[in-house]
Amino acid sequence: MTDEVVISTHQLTKRFGDFVAADQITFDVYKGEIFGFLGANGAGKTTAMRMLCGLSTPSSGEATIAGFDVYKETEKIKKNIGYMSQKFSLYEDLTVLENIRFFGGIYGLSDRQIKEKSEALINQLGLASHGHKLVGSLPLGWKQKLAFSVAIFHDPKIVFLDEPTGGVDPVTRRQFWDLIYAASDEGITVFVTTHYMDEAEYCNRISMMVDGKIKALDAPITLKQQFNTTSMDDVFFELARGAQRGD
Amino acid sequence: MKQFRAFVRKEFYHVFRDQKTLLLLFGLPIVQIILFGFALTNEIKDSKIVICDYAKDDASQQIIRKIEASNNFTIKKALMSHQQIEQAFKAGDVKLAIIFPNDFYDDLTHQNEAQIQIIADASDPNTATTLTNYATNIIKDYQASLINSQPTLQIRTETRMLYNPELKGTTNYVPGVMALVLLLVCVLMTSVSIVKEKEKGTMEVLLVSPFNPLLVIISKALPYLLLSLINLGIILLLSVYLLDLPVKGSLLLLVATSTLFIITALALGLLISNATATQQEAMIFSLMGMLLPTMMFTGFMFPLENMPIALQTVANIVPSKWYYIIVKSVMIKGLGFSAVWKEVLILLGMTVVLLGISIKKFNIRLA
Repeated sequence: MTDEVVISTHQLTKRFGDFVAADQITFDVYKGEIFGFLGANGAGKTTAMRMLCGLSTPSSGEATIAGFDVYKETEKIKKNIGYMSQKFSLYEDLTVLENIRFFGGIYGLSDRQIKEKSEALINQLGLASHGHKLVGSLPLGWKQKLAFSVAIFHDPKIVFLDEPTGGVDPVTRRQFWDLIYAASDEGITVFVTTHYMDEAEYCNRISMMVDGKIKALDAPITLKQQFNTTSMDDVFFELARGAQRGD
Repeated sequence: MKQFRAFVRKEFYHVFRDQKTLLLLFGLPIVQIILFGFALTNEIKDSKIVICDYAKDDASQQIIRKIEASNNFTIKKALMSHQQIEQAFKAGDVKLAIIFPNDFYDDLTHQNEAQIQIIADASDPNTATTLTNYATNIIKDYQASLINSQPTLQIRTETRMLYNPELKGTTNYVPGVMALVLLLVCVLMTSVSIVKEKEKGTMEVLLVSPFNPLLVIISKALPYLLLSLINLGIILLLSVYLLDLPVKGSLLLLVATSTLFIITALALGLLISNATATQQEAMIFSLMGMLLPTMMFTGFMFPLENMPIALQTVANIVPSKWYYIIVKSVMIKGLGFSAVWKEVLILLGMTVVLLGISIKKFNIRLA
C-alpha cells in the first residue's frame, strides 16, 4: 500500500428523480489497498460502484478512477479496471481456457499473451488438468477463484468485486481472500462490497454506507475502538440502526 | 477487430454447445415443410377479378351481371386484351380473370356450345380453386336458366391455373414456412441469448469491459444471421428436390430479400430482449407476440382477403406479411425486383425503425 491515490471521489451524488441513491460521497482509495465497501441492502453501494465503473453517469460531484475522469474518460477507465459481479460471471457452457481466452480477447490482449498467461494462471490455480473442462462442471469455489483471476487477467489497476463470495463456505472464502491478498501485493487495488463481517476484517480500510451517505470510514480495528466493541457485527449494527431505507 | 473476433467465437461456442436447441433449429423447417401440407380453405368474399369480354353480346353481359351480383367477386376492371390480363395479375391484387371469346352468343345459339376461359392466380392454390369453383357455379347457373328453352346447349369453361398449373399446395406454404422459421429462429434465439447474459450477470461484466456495447449486439446477431441463412438453404433445397418446387425468379433477389427479413427479425429480437429480464419472459414474448401474429396475419394459413378491414390493417404491420408476398412473387411467380420493390421498401422501413428503437433503448438502459 502506497500514498498514490487511484480512486478519488468528491461529493459524488446520484439522483433518480427525487430519490438520492448516493449522497455526496467523498473518499480516496490508495494503490494496492483492499477497500471494503459496506452497507445494508438499499444503502446505495451498487449505485456508487456503478458510477465508479463508468456504467452510470453521476448527477453531480467529481471522481477520478485510475487518474481518469468519470464523466469524460469512461472508455479509459474501463480499460484499467476489472469487475466481478455478485452473480457468477463466467460462461458455464465454455471451458476454462475458452473463458480465459474470451475475456482476454475482449480486453484486447494478443493471442500470444493470452496463451502464455492462461497457462501460468491455470497452473497457479491448480486447474492445469481441467483446462478443457466446461466451467459449469467445476465446484463453486473453483469457479469463483477462476472468475476473480479472469477479472484481473488484463492487469487492471483496480478490481471491483461486488459481493464476490456469496454462497461459498468459510474455508473457500478464506482461500478466495488469499487470491485477493496476492493481487493487492502486486499493486492491484481491490474495491470490494460484502455482507460478511469476517470479510470486512480482512480489509485494510472499510467504509459504511447508510441511506446513501458514508457514515464511517477507517481501518476495522479503529472503528471497533471507536464504537467500543470487539466485533465488526456490532459496528455494522450500530451504524445501520439509524437507517431509514432498506428492504 | 480482434475483440470482435473473440466475441463472435464465443457466440458460436454457445450455439454449438447447446445441441438440443440446434436440433430444434434445423429440425423445425424440415418438420414444418412436411407438416404444412394440410392448409385450410375458407369462403372468400369480394375477390378482385378482371373480365375481358370480346363478345359484348346479350349472353356475356348477362353472365357478367350475375358475377357482379355475387358477393364473392368485385369486378375491378373490364379489359380489352390478353396482354392486359397478364399485367393485371402481375400488379398483384387480381386473383381471377374471366374471358369471353368473340361470338359467344352466336356459338351458343347456333352450335349449342360456347366456351369461357377462366384464369386464376394459383400461387395461392386454395384461393384459386375456390374462386374458380365460384365462377363455374355462376356460369352453370346461367346455363341452367337457358335449358328450359334450349335444353341441348352447353357452356364449357376452360380453366387455367396461372403460375401453378398443378395446384401444388406447397407453393403456398413454402414461403409461409420460410417466413415462420426465419422469424422464429431470429427473434427467439437473439432475444433469449441476450437476455441470458442479463440473467446470468455476464452482461454487467461485458458492459464494464472496454468492448463497445453496440458490438455486443452485432456479435450476438451474427451467428443467428448465419444459422438462418443455412436454414433458408435447407428450406430451398427441400422445396426444390423434395417438393419439386423450383425457384422461378432470381435466387440472388430471394436471398437478398430474405437477408433483409432476417435482419428485421433480429431487430425484433433485440427489442424483446430490451423489454424483458428473464429467458422465460423473452420466450413467451417471442412465441405469443411473434409466432401467433405470423401464423394469423401472414396470409398463408388464413386468406387475408377474408378478414375484416380492422384485422387487415393489423396485418400490415406484421413484417412477415410483406416478406411472404415477396417470396411468393419471386420464388413462385418468377417476378423481378420491379414487382416487389414496394414490399422491399416497406420491410426496409420497418427494419430501420425497429433497429433505431432497439439501439436507442439499449443505450438508455446503459445510462
